[in-house]
Amino acid sequence: MPRRDDLETILLIGSGPIVIGQASEFDYSGTQACRVLRQEGYRLVLANSNPATIMTDPDFADRTYLEPLDVDVLTAIVERERPDALLPTLGGQTALNLAVQLAERGVLDRYGVELIGASIEAIETAEDRDRFKQAMVEIGLTVPASGIARTVDEALEVVEQVGLPVVVRPAFIMGGKGAAIATTTDEFLRAAAVGLDASPISEILVERSVAGWKEYELEVMRDRADNCVVVCSIENLDPMGVHTGDSITVAPAQTLSDVEYQRMRDAAFACIRRVGVETGGSNIQFALDPASGDMVVIEMNPRVSRSSALASKATGFPIAKIAARLAVGYTLDEVDNDITDKTPASFEPTIDYVVTKVPRWAFEKFPGCPGVLGTSMQSVGEAMAMGRTFPESLQKGLRSLEHGRQGLNADPGEAALDALSDEELVARAAVASPDRPFQLEAALRRGISIERLHAATAVDPWFLDQICRIVEEREALHGVGLDDMTRARWRRAKRLGFSDAQLAWLWGVDETEVRTARLAAGVVPTYKTVDTCAGEFEAFTPYHYGTWEDEDEVAPARRPKVVILGSGPNRIGQGIEFDYCCVHTSFALRDAGYETVMVNCNPETVSTDYDSSDRLYFEPLTGEDVLAVLDAEAASGELVGVVVSMGGQTPLKLAGLIPPGLVLGTSPDSIDLAEDRERWSGLCARLEIPQPAGGVATSLQGALEVVERIGYPALVRPSYVLGGRAMSIVYDDDGLARAMAELAPFGSAGTSAGSLGREGGLSSERPVLVDRFLEDAIEVDVDAVRDAGGEVLIGAVMEHVEEAGVHSGDSACAIPPPTLAAGVLEVIEDYTRAIADALGVCGLLNVQYAVKQGQVFVIEANPRASRTVPFVSKATGVPLAKVAARVMVGATLAELRAEGLLPAPRSGGHVAVKEAVLPFNRFPEVDSLLGPEMRSTGEVMGIDRTFGLAFAKSQTAAGDRLPEAGAVFLSLADRDKASGVVAARRFAELGFTIAATAGTAAHLEDHGVTVATVVDKVGSDGQGETAVELIAAGKVALVVNTPRGRGPRADGDYIRSAAAVHRVPCLTTVAAALAAANGMADWAEYPLRVRSLQEWLECASAEDGTAGGQRSPASPSTPLAGGAAAPQQAPHVASPVPPA
Amino acid sequence: MDELREALLVLADGEVFEGEAVGADVAVTSGEVVFNTVLTGYQEVITDPSYAGQIITFTATHIGNYGVTPLDEEASHAACRGVVVRDLARRRSNWRSDDTLDGWLRRVGVPGITGVDTRRLTRHLRQAGAVPGAFGTAGHDALLAAARAEPGTDGIDLVATVTCDAPYVVGSGPRRVVAYDFGIKATMLRHLGKLATVEVVPASTSAEDVLARAPDGVFLSNGPGDPAAVAGASHNIAELLGKVPVFGICLGHQLLATALGGRTYKLPFGHHGGNHPIRRLATGGVEITSQNHNYAVAEGSVDGADVTHVNLNDGVVEGIACRNLPAFSVQYHPEAGPGPHDARYLFAEFEALMDRGAGR
Repeated sequence: MPRRDDLETILLIGSGPIVIGQASEFDYSGTQACRVLRQEGYRLVLANSNPATIMTDPDFADRTYLEPLDVDVLTAIVERERPDALLPTLGGQTALNLAVQLAERGVLDRYGVELIGASIEAIETAEDRDRFKQAMVEIGLTVPASGIARTVDEALEVVEQVGLPVVVRPAFIMGGKGAAIATTTDEFLRAAAVGLDASPISEILVERSVAGWKEYELEVMRDRADNCVVVCSIENLDPMGVHTGDSITVAPAQTLSDVEYQRMRDAAFACIRRVGVETGGSNIQFALDPASGDMVVIEMNPRVSRSSALASKATGFPIAKIAARLAVGYTLDEVDNDITDKTPASFEPTIDYVVTKVPRWAFEKFPGCPGVLGTSMQSVGEAMAMGRTFPESLQKGLRSLEHGRQGLNADPGEAALDALSDEELVARAAVASPDRPFQLEAALRRGISIERLHAATAVDPWFLDQICRIVEEREALHGVGLDDMTRARWRRAKRLGFSDAQLAWLWGVDETEVRTARLAAGVVPTYKTVDTCAGEFEAFTPYHYGTWEDEDEVAPARRPKVVILGSGPNRIGQGIEFDYCCVHTSFALRDAGYETVMVNCNPETVSTDYDSSDRLYFEPLTGEDVLAVLDAEAASGELVGVVVSMGGQTPLKLAGLIPPGLVLGTSPDSIDLAEDRERWSGLCARLEIPQPAGGVATSLQGALEVVERIGYPALVRPSYVLGGRAMSIVYDDDGLARAMAELAPFGSAGTSAGSLGREGGLSSERPVLVDRFLEDAIEVDVDAVRDAGGEVLIGAVMEHVEEAGVHSGDSACAIPPPTLAAGVLEVIEDYTRAIADALGVCGLLNVQYAVKQGQVFVIEANPRASRTVPFVSKATGVPLAKVAARVMVGATLAELRAEGLLPAPRSGGHVAVKEAVLPFNRFPEVDSLLGPEMRSTGEVMGIDRTFGLAFAKSQTAAGDRLPEAGAVFLSLADRDKASGVVAARRFAELGFTIAATAGTAAHLEDHGVTVATVVDKVGSDGQGETAVELIAAGKVALVVNTPRGRGPRADGDYIRSAAAVHRVPCLTTVAAALAAANGMADWAEYPLRVRSLQEWLECASAEDGTAGGQRSPASPSTPLAGGAAAPQQAPHVASPVPPA
Repeated sequence: MDELREALLVLADGEVFEGEAVGADVAVTSGEVVFNTVLTGYQEVITDPSYAGQIITFTATHIGNYGVTPLDEEASHAACRGVVVRDLARRRSNWRSDDTLDGWLRRVGVPGITGVDTRRLTRHLRQAGAVPGAFGTAGHDALLAAARAEPGTDGIDLVATVTCDAPYVVGSGPRRVVAYDFGIKATMLRHLGKLATVEVVPASTSAEDVLARAPDGVFLSNGPGDPAAVAGASHNIAELLGKVPVFGICLGHQLLATALGGRTYKLPFGHHGGNHPIRRLATGGVEITSQNHNYAVAEGSVDGADVTHVNLNDGVVEGIACRNLPAFSVQYHPEAGPGPHDARYLFAEFEALMDRGAGR
């Protein structure tokens, strides 16, 4: 069945911001879909609020709506674009839910929009757990006994029937949010309440728990002609009970006989047929009783998913790309397998290697969170590793995580388990946690039996035995020593995944010694190809992984090559933004005639799509692995250089190991100049650029000496980390001592505190920076590009909404800057140029400033890609990363302007606001207060005519839609009370009632703001309601709660966590409250208008008219009134409305 | 595992692969080296009599993980000459299993070699075609000599080495089927046994003998090697055509074709795996199929029969049906064992054909 010619315009919905459970894998699938649909000649309309995605690049769709993924907004887009069809299966749960809402509202019927990929009927059958179970029973499949409940009482009735233990799952929720296992009635009551609240339709499934059963997933595709294939089978190392997103997973399935596997395959096809997914991919999850082989169906996702992205990377079979083709009418046999070029996509990939996915968590960022894994997903990223054997891929996967581990123990990190008794070790391993694989290895090394560990953990004995092979090899290596290593012994160790770093640790020698000896023995990795067919057919796609075999498959290159080092697993502080920059580098250099070579280990990303670069190495980003790739690439053609400055700190940390002549762009010495405190301060002094007073320290004593000189409050932060890891603001000696303890090196007393040690620790090479903290200053970010000739392009100056002190990644920011005076902007731009020159930057530069009372201080400069590059590119239309990539291989800005790659910045007529998205709803135990440590997982963008409108859109996009009416509850720290009055007054003017805590209420009343409700302190015995009760009762539409700054803050904790639990928007700074008030004012005044990025940029450039990289003056906009800038702000003024 | 037994695999064209000996302790084993791409089902593959004369390379790296069970045997003994793997499991883990693969290989006398860069071997075979080879603990020269002395499969009647000595009966279905055993797999018998009482007869059984058993249908089984070398089979089948409904699988398909005057040829490295897409021309639908053959029926060589199934990877004829006679056959394995169940409808078609023939 050929392409459908009856469709012209297709609307694709993306998945919005990166959140736990829904991450960059949907940019990967969405980007593939965009490519395919445009290749097929359709007019493509895209809606996605996430500016850091490749799919929202203006050239990936005809109309790109960087608008909130909200049903009102989508309705407006449908009204405006009149698509013929809506494809909802590539944007995760978000897109699926929106499609259902649009259908329910009658929008699809009214405008004649056909749902393609999956029908409403199919979506509901799969998503509604009750219907799904009935459907499965109907076709003879077994499901765990269960019942649906809409109240706690109903839930209790159900549990009586199915019996404990049970798992509680909220309906219509992805990522297992709100799901929990309960083994006692108390646990059950708690889980039921949380689950009912988490479900958008207040419905939970109470299901007999099959915790401890083996867990499998099949990735299935179906076409219009009812052809079905299994793309990949996945087996979880962690048995049922741990969310699959938090499990170590392995492909292909390892412990299923063909009889069992085919039974599962038959069941999967029956399932997809019954649910009625007509075209596309689905993920179906099964549990198997290891004792009897009894199989139950757990769930199915009628769309592409995180697992399908993994399956695509694991097999080379691009599920999303093919799903998009199937959705527009093709059948599987009409689609080519583009790896083999001559066989069709209607087959089942077979693989001759083992793929292991290992999640990466960020518990260190969320103190108070227990760090125990369960049915609700908590990981923020993942690494995938390929090896010919499971032990090899597991060890590669663990070292890919960049959590300071070199593999499965045999590294300094293993010492943490030494103090435990055997009983403690087994007991700990019995509770699923990020440390479990290390505990299993340690236990086996102590001689604890596989049987005992299997009984304690339910991890399959086969996996345990494979870990045991690592243990045995380690013991053997320990006995042999470096000098007695033969080629055969090297090979055996390497084939089990041991890294040089592990061997160095085992033998107590330097890693370079190990490397030298290994190379002398002639033992180097070979690169095999991911080809979907285990070598049966020739592969035309150079998608490689390293292993230790006889034959290498790297083909000679035809053009000069550039290697791009990616950013590794997503983590807080280093996520999709850096992948975006790497992908843009690859695109730009490919267009310029280079062969681009990507090295990365993150299966969720666009960068690890074999289509994104000319060659792909799916390898860990460690020194050993990267150097081996460079050797292989140098041997197969002209290697021009290596890009280390696009993927965040991960590649930057490797720069020192790479021959300096190969590092493209800014020299490693310049990078060091910017990072090294003394050298950097010297440079600023020479340039006469003010810095906050500060110094460096490697001990508490040193830090105290610095503070003696500069005074409190002080900002304490480690060097060479991203995302404000362990950064804190301290107000006194105690606080300073706590902060320094947190930074203590690994292995010293009190290791539990020294979590940073995992990422490198504290040393004279990595001292702590101690700076005077500028209170109430406005923070400003600048992204710029300097070429080798010295011309500097200012990409954008971004003004933060939250004051300095909130990590820039967690703060909202705006382009153009709403409140900065022209003179201040000029100073900022001048400083940026001077710094770029002084550092000899060649490529991207990010500089952070603090502006206090009109004076500009430089905080830090980083000569590399920053988190804001994609946002700047979307807001201005200038592809900064592409420009920088070209500059790094020698082009000048003038040449790029002439070539057309570098347009004039388009900054007229619109305001773009970037807002951070925080994961507090996943971590109810954790305080949602913003601080200098970054904790957001993702970002959204709002774009509109005024700052207020753009800010309001950004809040809606971030999931905190600003209310239109109701009560605003304020609880303010003393130092925020003055500016708080301004905010409260504006809320009152907008018709909101005000509720406040006693102290805040008194202050507000004193300044003429009527407070309707004064609430009691949490836990007090007063007559009135407490803030938490008020919030829980749904009587609050917006919470403004600013921290006390120091000391106990339990009250605020309760308020913020109540807001998080009950999903009431909660602002923790007055600056944000003021911005929100302005947004609500504009929102009330102007009707919702949507506009595509293409239109904004065209319109802006038409109005701009001027070329030559000069930024146009900031459009008039609403003052932010954040901090000290203008606390007594001018009345709200809307900017001119551009023609639609 | 016991102490390490270093071993080599040497191909007749001189390629050498390092590994360790596993399974039955044999200094030298030789045969035609082929590769199979299934991810599961190693025991069914190793016990498939169609591998007589061959050394099987598994492209999947971990082999033996779920152990072995008599339930998964396709024949009571393994006809293949040896097994080449990348990584043989030392521990089995599955509720169905009763032994490790290594222990079972020793018991059934099949030698193996593990630790081999099986991908390099597979890529080599893809280029060079299936070539003779030898592996074991004997030195390089002895192995090379053995590989070069290995006659391969062309022109050799390997069926004679695997067919049964005397007729036997399996199944209890309502019809009577006579099944020619050219190396028949147990899974085929399980399927047929549901339809009929099956009399399994040796490959050399004459047409008269078969007809004397008054069957509702005759089944032509799978089997090893070169169809042109199977003594008398084509002649016997030609005699049966038109007198009784006939269904053939794999070698049975090739023999039906030759009985109809068709021609067979050897594929470069054959089809061995569980993921080949086949188009069923009658519906246009695609089936994912289990495959195990080195020879194929030449397109256009069979008069009086239509091609019913085609391999989408390389266009090889995968099924034929006679226009005027109740006979059809497929090259691939609808019974699976191991492999997908997509094509099991073919047994129902055989059932329908028999019932039409019997006027039921």
